[in-house]
Amino acid sequence: MKQFGGSAFFIDRSDINTDEIIPAKYLTEITKRALQPHLLEDLILDGKEFDSKAPDFQAAEVLVTRSNFGCGSSREHAVWALEVNGINVVIGESFARIFRQNMFNCGILAIELAKADIDQLFKLTKNGGAVKIAVDLQQDTVTAEGGQGGSVECAFTMNAFDKELVAAGGWLAYADQKY
Amino acid sequence: MGQTIAEKIFAAHLRDTPALGSMVLDIDVVMCHEITTPIAIMDLMEKGMDRVFNPSKIKAVIDHVTPAKDSKTAMQAKIMRDWARRHDIKDFFDVGRNGVCHALFPEKGFIRPGNTVIMGDSHTCTHGAFGAFAAGVGTTDLEVGILKGVCAFRKPETMKIEITGTLPKGVYAKDVILNIIKQLTVNGATDKVMEFCGPVVEAMNMSSRMTLCNMAVEAGATSGICLPDRTTAEYLWPFIQGDYASLEAATEAFRKWHSDTDAVYAGTLTIDVSTLKPQVTHGYKPDQVKDINEMAGTKIDQVYIGSCTNGRIEDIRAAASILKGRAIANSVRGILTPATPAIYSQALDEGLIKVFMDAGFCVLNPTCGACLGMSSGVLAEGEACASTTNRNFNGRMGKGGMVHLMSPLSAAAAAVTGEITDPAQFLN
Repeated sequence: MKQFGGSAFFIDRSDINTDEIIPAKYLTEITKRALQPHLLEDLILDGKEFDSKAPDFQAAEVLVTRSNFGCGSSREHAVWALEVNGINVVIGESFARIFRQNMFNCGILAIELAKADIDQLFKLTKNGGAVKIAVDLQQDTVTAEGGQGGSVECAFTMNAFDKELVAAGGWLAYADQKY
Repeated sequence: MGQTIAEKIFAAHLRDTPALGSMVLDIDVVMCHEITTPIAIMDLMEKGMDRVFNPSKIKAVIDHVTPAKDSKTAMQAKIMRDWARRHDIKDFFDVGRNGVCHALFPEKGFIRPGNTVIMGDSHTCTHGAFGAFAAGVGTTDLEVGILKGVCAFRKPETMKIEITGTLPKGVYAKDVILNIIKQLTVNGATDKVMEFCGPVVEAMNMSSRMTLCNMAVEAGATSGICLPDRTTAEYLWPFIQGDYASLEAATEAFRKWHSDTDAVYAGTLTIDVSTLKPQVTHGYKPDQVKDINEMAGTKIDQVYIGSCTNGRIEDIRAAASILKGRAIANSVRGILTPATPAIYSQALDEGLIKVFMDAGFCVLNPTCGACLGMSSGVLAEGEACASTTNRNFNGRMGKGGMVHLMSPLSAAAAAVTGEITDPAQFLN
């Protein structure tokens, strides 16, 4: 199975909606690649505009956030915008249903962790420094290392069907073979 | 053990149980629009899988940006148009016959009680008003729906939303659903079906039920759903009269989809609407809701009446009841977008379009347009809009703009005064 993980980027906010992940004005694009420069470009954090061109965000392979990530519009463009930016894992307390399904349908991961575990991950970043996160789909664990806090390991539960979708490389491949 | 309506629909459409808790359903209606479908079409073409499972079960419309505003939107429309022709999809609605999907498709009688419905659009939950399980999905789900006629869902849990009391004058379904979202919060119903029931829902027409179900997703719900009854049968009668001996027979047949009295719910919210005030959003989340008098005086630059939430004839009539004989404030730009050609035509017949135009409104063709900031009324930075739409997200109607969600009546009141206004002062 494909390996998941890498450099983590942390966004300390709940309810980030898909309009923020990729604004509707880019929905006229008919290739996924065209979404690449626009990921999270309208995001506001603590009243300030998010710098989506910052090097540490550009290098991100894993996104760690809070609850209800991906709410709002069903646009799979939100998932593709992450994908074409090299982000194949989003870790949060919870996700909006359609976004979560879109991630697994594309064969990539939306991992739900308990709030206490998310807090632990955020603590790693408190004093700056890069954090790397590895996902183990056999053991159902994420391991985060770096920052100033050493290492944190958290267990997650993944819906059995969603795991099959990841193994199959997404819902289209799975459904084409089975139905 | 009894079943909810959602459980009954799932049981009747179950194709496969691929893993514990997950269910693959046969889909009765796969609906498509030009924003989320072209990428699915192109992906299927690239993979040599350009097929459709059943052209009569696929309904397609160009609605988000129409007529095309630029080369890119023209190409999206063309991809849809060519695809519909290639696969003999007869229910395809193009310029002149097109309207906002969640208003147009019900009007055509495409959604029936007990149906399963998917679309690459989060407000697909609207169609639950007909006693259907209707869910918004992403492009990959849509792609598989087009190709195979199936979609996977988790086993549905249902939250019962019981609406009691009597709606005060000037308070509408929009105010009710905004208040419910305020109580549940934006993820209070995630992975759940919201079943709207109780005497207020039973007394509502289909238009109001669609407004309720439309915004279920704003509380995170998979779908909203109402129990199909005589009101449902009357609305659908032109399309189903060959199937049933009488309206009574249709109403009786629909009862098989009603939730059992011993059905198990994942929670109940009871709301008595007798003292409910008109509601309005502040901030960038649809659960940030206040009584309108708490927001009174907030300056408005634009008023937008339209969308899949509130662009139907009943909504236009409600707004016109205030606008008749009045002019909108000089500081306000008023935009009316009837949701479908039939609604537009009906509003013309009733003299309502003239009421809007005399008041100073611009009247647009049916389209989703400004609701998601794609065209036809985008806000400038720092501007505010009193809107009958469903989302107030940051940037939704244009970068730096603020959207205040409210009912058509409240929006009309704001148009007249130029600020958020309790519509009560305009009612007799």
